[in-house]
Amino acid sequence: MSVTYVGMPPFPEAADASTRDERLRGNLRHATHTIRDKRATAVAELADWPELRTAGAEIKDRTLRHLDHYLEQLEAAVTRAGGTVHWAADAAEANRIVTRLVEATGESEVVKVKSMATQEIGLNEALAEAGISAYETDLAELIVQLGDDHPSHILVPAIHRNREEIREIFRTRMGRWGRAAPENLSDRPADLAEAARLHLREKFLNAKVGVSGANFMVAESGTLVVVESEGNGRMCLTLPETLISVVGIEKVVPTWRDLEVFLQLLPRSSTAERMNPYTSTWTGTTESDGPRDFHLVLLDNGRTDTLADRVGRQALRCIRCSACLNVCPVYERAGGHAYGSPYPGPIGAILTPQLDAMETGLDASLPYASSLCGACYEVCPVAIDIPEVLVHLRERVVQGGPVTVRGQRTTVRPAKGHAAERAAMRAASWTFDHPRALRAGERLASRARRLVPRTLPGPGKGWTDSRDIPSLPPESFRDWWRRTRGPGTRPGAETRPAARESGTGESGAAPEGGRE
Amino acid sequence: MNHRDLVLGRVRRALADVPREELPGQTPLARDYLRVHGDRTPEESAALLATHLTDYRAHVHHCGTDELPAVLARLMAQRGSRSAVVPAGVPDAWLPGDIERVRDSPAMTPHDLDAVGSVVTGCAVAIAETGTLVLDASPDQGRRRITLVPDHHICVVRVPVQVVDSVPQALERLDPARPQTWISGPSATSDIELDRVEGVHGPRTLDVVLLAES
Repeated sequence: MSVTYVGMPPFPEAADASTRDERLRGNLRHATHTIRDKRATAVAELADWPELRTAGAEIKDRTLRHLDHYLEQLEAAVTRAGGTVHWAADAAEANRIVTRLVEATGESEVVKVKSMATQEIGLNEALAEAGISAYETDLAELIVQLGDDHPSHILVPAIHRNREEIREIFRTRMGRWGRAAPENLSDRPADLAEAARLHLREKFLNAKVGVSGANFMVAESGTLVVVESEGNGRMCLTLPETLISVVGIEKVVPTWRDLEVFLQLLPRSSTAERMNPYTSTWTGTTESDGPRDFHLVLLDNGRTDTLADRVGRQALRCIRCSACLNVCPVYERAGGHAYGSPYPGPIGAILTPQLDAMETGLDASLPYASSLCGACYEVCPVAIDIPEVLVHLRERVVQGGPVTVRGQRTTVRPAKGHAAERAAMRAASWTFDHPRALRAGERLASRARRLVPRTLPGPGKGWTDSRDIPSLPPESFRDWWRRTRGPGTRPGAETRPAARESGTGESGAAPEGGRE
Repeated sequence: MNHRDLVLGRVRRALADVPREELPGQTPLARDYLRVHGDRTPEESAALLATHLTDYRAHVHHCGTDELPAVLARLMAQRGSRSAVVPAGVPDAWLPGDIERVRDSPAMTPHDLDAVGSVVTGCAVAIAETGTLVLDASPDQGRRRITLVPDHHICVVRVPVQVVDSVPQALERLDPARPQTWISGPSATSDIELDRVEGVHGPRTLDVVLLAES
């Protein structure tokens, strides 16, 4: 099953629509600029931020390079502490396991903590098919669920909605799921939050089964960690009798001590706080405190395929802070929905196609949803070089190459629609190898420069849809150099470029000249 | 093939480039970051804790052991609560005489807890740099749910012994086997237009009493 939502168009098509939505643009501009400025302040408080960032990256790399070892260690520790560990190679298996576990309790309702992993596998839909209602309890996730919508940001998933829209959703939809919103509900955020509090409290106090993800899993102790703000997480993690946590295998860290790095990096990068309001940690089950039954579902779903790619595997360091979204000029304008999966923004552009093994048209378009400005890399608390992975994935899209799909090594063919690009690159490559042809081409282009249209015809049209054709100079650099600095004009000056061109220079130039 | 073997097999094949002789824990890991951000006296650490707790809208109070019952009585009266859940390990000497002390027991349902006005607990450790209280379900802190369902939490921090400066120092003192709740201010959300609203699902009022021990 693909990580992307069913029926999502490639990024450029979705972005073409979303960038025209002025309200969305306004909401996003306000949100991203506010969080990014607050983050900068929170990070500046720590003089050792670069060292923490390096340690964060190194702990994640240390884990990933021996992931099998740490997963087995984690499994043993969780089991020793009274939990039960399940393994799921894909979304379908994870959904089967959770559905079976809920059915075994005899319940038909579960309360959920906001979790990227369960969105990725479409757990709510799978449970609904089995007649089980899953209630999202994070305020933003509640807005998204009641509005029959998709999340658009990792941290604040309903950021595309403004207060009037949220009031309307609460007034018209809340009553269908439980306690209705008050008739005279205002659109003040405090009143909206109060309506959600009352609506959800009923669910929390009666809940028998909770479903969560986790931010970290500690291999040596078997401890899971959930970081949150509202307290809905604490409710779901402590009040139900059964707790089921679905967690990606890359969330493991080796030791309890390693949390000293991530509990400093994550809150400041994410909500821009010194510390988030609530963090819960639990190890298996505890007698008469919290759930009696604890199940951990370890999820692969494309992560091992990502791990097999030596350049792309760094995406698995991600701690889902969303700092990269808030600084990205493309995200700010296109919005989260255009990325077509639970993972929007720069991290989504490298994670979604890898988890999916580039199987959809959307996947092949995502590595291009970037201007390669590098702001995402600068703010990433675990130093994921997102531009490097984007370029790597673009190469994979255009040229094809070896990938791992569901554990099998295979070779993908170049994606459709890039034939003109490949032809252009081959032609450019040949031309740069043949100086005489290059010179002739440059001179022709300069003389004909007034004839160049604003948009290219034929296969070049797509390229100029979103770009201006660069203006051509009246004279090429090489001609200018020859005219002003070439042999004879300035005795004793650097003459090598000209010598190379004439094919009479020293060693390295000869074979090139010979091919002209 | 079962999914456990399937996933572990895929992981091992994916890591074919990792040299066989490289063992877990051997890859470079420079812990060059600071253990503490600043050099503080115990008094300065307690003051920083108070500042950071207040930043996130907790109410901070200072008192000595003798005054504690009167402070707790005042805080509860302000909230209009007459009953408080109090875990077994909280000394009787902390509490004012005229409140109903509700003993937590596994038989108490979430609905029962919802009917109680306040909860009074100690803590395991408090972190000055982040304004964080850590509860680890020790006898003076009780089960995790008692500090969650009542709408008013009074947490007593013994100063200076329970105050550390930094996150690394706090983790050193804590046992991962115990269930923990780290609390930094009352619950909050910024989900609607990034407008911060305090008090969603956890206790909407957090009073922290910094108890000076002589």
